[in-house]
Amino acid sequence: MKILVCISHVPDTTSKINFTEDNTLFDTNGVQFIINPNDEFGLTRAMWFKEKQGAHVTVVNVGQVDTEPTLRKALAIGADEAIRVNFKPADGFSVAKQLANVVKTGGYDLVIAGRESIDYNGGMVPGMIAGLTNINFVNTCIGIEVEGNHATVIREIDGGKETVRTSLPLVIGVQKGIVEESDLRIPNMRGIMMARKKPLTVLEPVESNSETTSVIFEKPAPKGAIKMVDTDNLDELVNLLHNEAKVI
Amino acid sequence: METTDKDIIRGGQFLVKETSCEDIFTPEDFSEEQLMMKEAVTEFVDRELWPNKPRFEAKDYAFTEECMKKAAEMGFLSVSVPEAYGGMGMGFVDSMLVCDFISGATGSFSTAFGAHTGIGTLPITLYGTEEQKQKYVPKLASGEWFGSYCLTEPSAGSDANSGKTKAVLSEDGKNYLINGQKMWISNAGFCSLMIVFARIEGDKYITGFIVEYDPENPNGITMGEEEHKLGIRASSTRQVFFNDTVVPVENMLSTRGNGFKIAMNALNVGRIKLAAACLDAQRRTITESVKYANERVQFKTPISSFGAIRQKIAEMATNSWVGESACYRAAKNIEDRIELRKNNGKDTEQEAELKGVEEYAIECSILKVAVSEFIQKCTDEGIQIFGGMGFSEDTPLESAWRDARISRIYEGTNEINRMLCIGMLIKKAMKGHVDVLTPAMAVKEELMSIPSFDTPDYSELFSEEKGIINNLKKLFLMVAGATLQKYGEAIEQQQQLMLAASDILIQIYLAESAILRAEKLAKKQGEDQVKEQIAMAKLNLFHAIDVIETAGKHSIISFSSGDEQRMMLMGLKRYIKYVNMPNIIELRNTIADKVIKENKYCF
Repeated sequence: MKILVCISHVPDTTSKINFTEDNTLFDTNGVQFIINPNDEFGLTRAMWFKEKQGAHVTVVNVGQVDTEPTLRKALAIGADEAIRVNFKPADGFSVAKQLANVVKTGGYDLVIAGRESIDYNGGMVPGMIAGLTNINFVNTCIGIEVEGNHATVIREIDGGKETVRTSLPLVIGVQKGIVEESDLRIPNMRGIMMARKKPLTVLEPVESNSETTSVIFEKPAPKGAIKMVDTDNLDELVNLLHNEAKVI
Repeated sequence: METTDKDIIRGGQFLVKETSCEDIFTPEDFSEEQLMMKEAVTEFVDRELWPNKPRFEAKDYAFTEECMKKAAEMGFLSVSVPEAYGGMGMGFVDSMLVCDFISGATGSFSTAFGAHTGIGTLPITLYGTEEQKQKYVPKLASGEWFGSYCLTEPSAGSDANSGKTKAVLSEDGKNYLINGQKMWISNAGFCSLMIVFARIEGDKYITGFIVEYDPENPNGITMGEEEHKLGIRASSTRQVFFNDTVVPVENMLSTRGNGFKIAMNALNVGRIKLAAACLDAQRRTITESVKYANERVQFKTPISSFGAIRQKIAEMATNSWVGESACYRAAKNIEDRIELRKNNGKDTEQEAELKGVEEYAIECSILKVAVSEFIQKCTDEGIQIFGGMGFSEDTPLESAWRDARISRIYEGTNEINRMLCIGMLIKKAMKGHVDVLTPAMAVKEELMSIPSFDTPDYSELFSEEKGIINNLKKLFLMVAGATLQKYGEAIEQQQQLMLAASDILIQIYLAESAILRAEKLAKKQGEDQVKEQIAMAKLNLFHAIDVIETAGKHSIISFSSGDEQRMMLMGLKRYIKYVNMPNIIELRNTIADKVIKENKYCF
């Protein structure tokens, strides 16, 4: 089984978010980047398939050279090879188009992508890959088993879960539940040493136009100071909630 | 370009040679792999050790062993073991880095880790025969076996060569029979291999042996109960008794009578690693303290707004950063020296490793003393920031404070190490490895001449501070040179003077390392981007001068008199002089602002 895991290179969850260029560009200064958590859940499940069913795992990222450390971390965790599509991501569609090209040419049985990345939270890439490649697609996956040419997939639905059976090749959008946080792997020393020896292929991008442009980013208003109101001054409380907080 | 002998500063040479900031290695120079290693080790600690601190404090020795097994699975135990024996064969900086970041959560684990990877494994990789290495090192690297180091005895602590344990050759000449008692043996409770030092007949020096231990077949080895200690509570520490323990002659380590040398060389590595092992504990203490200070409100204000707390945060961060700067500077020197020796074709890999570290034995002792004292101060001030809560077992600082205490004792007490670094410097000077004499004479001449009254141009970053460092080196040469002249070889009997001289030496190495690191950073990123690091280097130098002034004065007034004393006191004043005194409150505020804003140690 050939598995492709799509890896998004995203700011660490604790990063301080700022923007530059008149609030049109994310400020990467001082930001540490990590494997997108949903992708890491997918990669961890892929490692299970590698160990139990002999799968070959390729990781792919659409990005410039600065994303290579993130790919090498995926290699250190245990992926067999990596591909970087040398393209500066513009929006979900432009990324999906590059990934779809890799999927088409690579002949993968299973394509795993995080349901959404934690930076722009577009949540559209896995679906778009499936659409562009005309491959079966199941989103919000929290479980997958593969037997022969078929996959049994559990996906989260409103208020419950649904088990579906489908055939390979297959694109799945995954989230926490496909594995648990405690299953995530810390790269061991040998993995780190081997990472640089594993193949990392740089592919030139296919032509792709972004369909959207960021006009402006806005951060939520900072939290105001807490005002203490005396318990016997309910009128003041109502006044503040009505006129200042405007919640009643 | 190939590195040559001239490119790498020799051990102790920092005192007489100016180092450029480009020539030092700093944590900012970590490679991508090293950053990944740091992240992996930190994740391991966050997941496996930190949340389980109460188990360590409850003396759960089995849990320590379990964590050591997990560390082995991650490959942490084999970082510095050569590939030929199942290890990763990584460099000295890599092994320092792992030791640094794995030690942050609890002294119990960091002691178990250090005892196994350092003194438990190294004597075999450094001195073992090919057969011994093939037989034992892969087992130790994989964590199948754990190692311990049996040197100390009830009557042989700092005087390690005075041990009474005996090794007697059997009549058939095939085995040694070991009899004796060892104490304070880390990892004793779960080890399968012991490096045991014993004396054969009336030898002047002890001999090292590799002793296997199987509780099912104890071979005359019995263990005392677990010791109840102030700190590092889940580090298994027992007495070990040998009663006619049979050890095959092929298990002698190195040659007869070479044990003391093995013990000392293993300790050189142990010392610098111990310094590294005190670094992440400081970072975590600072992070916990600043988080608390930001949350704790008194007088309707977070206590992190108060100058009294900000001062502590700034000083804690400074010490931690300075120690880190010096540790990685020395580690890279050692790594480069080992590589150079390996490449010169004269040394075997073992010899290169040994001599590479031995070259920097002075720096190893300096770092051990300085950083073990930093961690003590850091945890103490951390508790102070927590106030009453800090005294409670429910906060992480209570155990950190207790754990920190041992670092000033083991791997040679700080007093022994203080005297060692001066003693070794004198030996190096005698051998001509470090020319102390010429600059010492120059200083003497300078003192006789009229000082220049010109004010130099100090507009460039650190130009004044570097001038001061240069002067502090002169001060050391002046004080140490005069002491040596007066006492000659008997200087070693003048322990208080040796301690004072070591204080000066230690401060110089640390202050210079910090300034060079900040300068390197400023050149790379611009002064504005690293203003906190610049502030830390300056603040540290200011304190260093205070320590040096006191130590210098104590020495001068104790061993000299009359004109000589007056001249040296004037020299002291001249060499510690600032033209532009730093505003240290401003410096502290710059540092504290950043740490408080980031809500963690962030350098």
